[in-house]
Amino acid sequence: MTTTAETGSPTGGVSSGPIVEMRNIRVSFGGVHAVDDVSIDLRPGEVVGLVGGNGAGKSTLMKVLSGAQRPDSGEIRINGEPVAIMNPRDAKKYGIETIYQTLALADNLDAPGNLFLGREMTTAVGQINDSAMEDQTRKVMGRLNPNFKAFKKPVVSLSGGQRQAVAIARAIYFNARILIMDEPTAALGPGETAQVRNLIKQLKNEGIAIFLVSHDIHDVFDLSERISVMYHGRIVDTVNKNDVTTDEILGMIILGKAPGKLTEKDIADIKG
Amino acid sequence: MGNVAEATPGQELQIAQRAGWRSLLAQTEIDPRLFGMVAALGIILVGFHVISGGTFLRPANMVTLGIQASGIAVIATGMVLVIVSRNIDLSVGSLVGIVAMVYAELMANWLTALGIGVDFPFRWAIALAIGIGVGAAFGALQGFIIAYVGVPSFVVTLGGLLSIRGLVWYLSEGAAVTGLDPTFELFGGGGSGSIGGTLTWGVGIVGSLAIVGLLFQNRRRRRQFGFPVRPLWAEVVLGAAACAAILGISAFMNQSFFAQRIADQINAQTGAPAGTPVSAGFPYPVMILVVVTLVVTWLATRRRFGRYVYAYGGNPDAASLAGINTRMTILKTYVIMGVLCAISAAIAVGRLNVATLDIGQSYELYVIAAAVVGGTSFAGGIGTIPGAVLGAFVMQSLAYGLAYIGIDSPGQNVAAGIVLILAVALDAWTRRRGTRTTR
Repeated sequence: MTTTAETGSPTGGVSSGPIVEMRNIRVSFGGVHAVDDVSIDLRPGEVVGLVGGNGAGKSTLMKVLSGAQRPDSGEIRINGEPVAIMNPRDAKKYGIETIYQTLALADNLDAPGNLFLGREMTTAVGQINDSAMEDQTRKVMGRLNPNFKAFKKPVVSLSGGQRQAVAIARAIYFNARILIMDEPTAALGPGETAQVRNLIKQLKNEGIAIFLVSHDIHDVFDLSERISVMYHGRIVDTVNKNDVTTDEILGMIILGKAPGKLTEKDIADIKG
Repeated sequence: MGNVAEATPGQELQIAQRAGWRSLLAQTEIDPRLFGMVAALGIILVGFHVISGGTFLRPANMVTLGIQASGIAVIATGMVLVIVSRNIDLSVGSLVGIVAMVYAELMANWLTALGIGVDFPFRWAIALAIGIGVGAAFGALQGFIIAYVGVPSFVVTLGGLLSIRGLVWYLSEGAAVTGLDPTFELFGGGGSGSIGGTLTWGVGIVGSLAIVGLLFQNRRRRRQFGFPVRPLWAEVVLGAAACAAILGISAFMNQSFFAQRIADQINAQTGAPAGTPVSAGFPYPVMILVVVTLVVTWLATRRRFGRYVYAYGGNPDAASLAGINTRMTILKTYVIMGVLCAISAAIAVGRLNVATLDIGQSYELYVIAAAVVGGTSFAGGIGTIPGAVLGAFVMQSLAYGLAYIGIDSPGQNVAAGIVLILAVALDAWTRRRGTRTTR
């Protein structure tokens, strides 16, 4: 056994150029700057944690990348090429898949119906091929959640973890290169949270680039290489995980101050 | 119930023995709500039969009932799509009115003026095509305003109800229009407007074969993929029940006969002695309804369009985040409504043999009632096309039955209203208990 295999350097390598660059993105809602001149990037096989308080602009920024929100200005580059992402379909075209905090499932449809929503498999004459979709769903769910059996039930009748599994399956089934996970563990129990964490590590090792939006500092510290902190629509700073402590990150989230600018009093206040 | 659905063939017998009637029903995978509707319809029909002293369930009565229900049920299939996608269409009655008037004007005046005289081949089809085009155009206009301009469908179609009915008046200059092609009258199911005994048997046999074929194909496909299948007994029971129902109805309908005047014309052709009764079988409007039901069900369940209608109804945000063109989907539902109203108008105008100013009036109420009694939920995302057709038959059976036993029109309305509310209350109750399925 060689030692190089143990280092676990992700395929693709963090050293290669960014797969996603968002530059000077602005979004405002009626005079309120939800996202104010934000630039952020992401490399293949990297997890960037995006943290911040409620209304800091994390979700809006990610909606710009997933095509759910058009920016007022700014530029998005994929593999260095400027791209126009006008709607979710465009984003999917560039291999950007999103797991929304709300999961964005059609409650009345079953798991295969949701997994393939908007991208249904059809027969030669254009009929929906439910059997083929169920077959594929069984395969991908077998990997994510082997206990999953409810392939014909509307997803409204599934548990939170099962619904989450359907949403994740939808994102990874179509060979995403860039994954946006908005609060992926917020609604889950401890066991299911551990499953999702393992999955994120596995996807990272497969070279998928991940934006991880989360309230949970521990999730972010455990899974991310870099952490970007947003405060009132702006990026406070983007830091290497190994260069900061959780307290410093908390300081950035709560006070909107970069680590070097924190005072002793600030830190004392955070610790309560 | 979950493990019942997952039963392997080896476990089937054991589970079947253990299960009560409820899970037996579950194994056949019949929508319990649809099953309940069929039962309710049966109870209503048999109930009136008993009350009327055994005269209600005669083929001739059922023909009339079928014709009356068809005009409503045809539109109700489309209303399901509209309500499932969280909209409403109040304009259907006026749409029927305008297209009926267009049909009559075309055949009585306009086509002749265009040089398409009364003996022009397929004159009725030309009128039908133009009428369907008019219906689709009105539907598209309303759908555009709803989906792309963003005016609530209740408002747009309420406006449509008023203004389109006004247009009917201008079109006819305030008078009823007569002078239809004889072929067009067949759409109404009166006189010789039935397909005849032989074709009725043909429909019954083809229908039975199709059901058996579909069940078989579905089972084979699921086996191919290695999915769990229904227990074999359930397939057999299901297939046998469906075939018995179709063939039974065919046999029953063949007990209705053409009027002797028409029968003798047929007898003259076939060489049978005059006075021989000739089976009429299914009336044309009922056959039109069957075709419409199959086509709209196919659209709803086997095409992407239908999947998107249901997805939008279940969660509009999820549908747009999935990249679905939700606006175009909504617009299409209204185009379909326009086409279905045109088909219903052909039935109405064919039946009356005249386009009156008030043709189709208050259809919107009966159509919405049919869809809702048939299990369509205003919350969106839930409803079936066969359910709405059954709903139309339940409401029409009630009205016709009450009239038959001598209850006046106000009394019929009281009963219809109560049944509507009871049906939805029952629905809410069963859904709370979580025994509902969506489709």
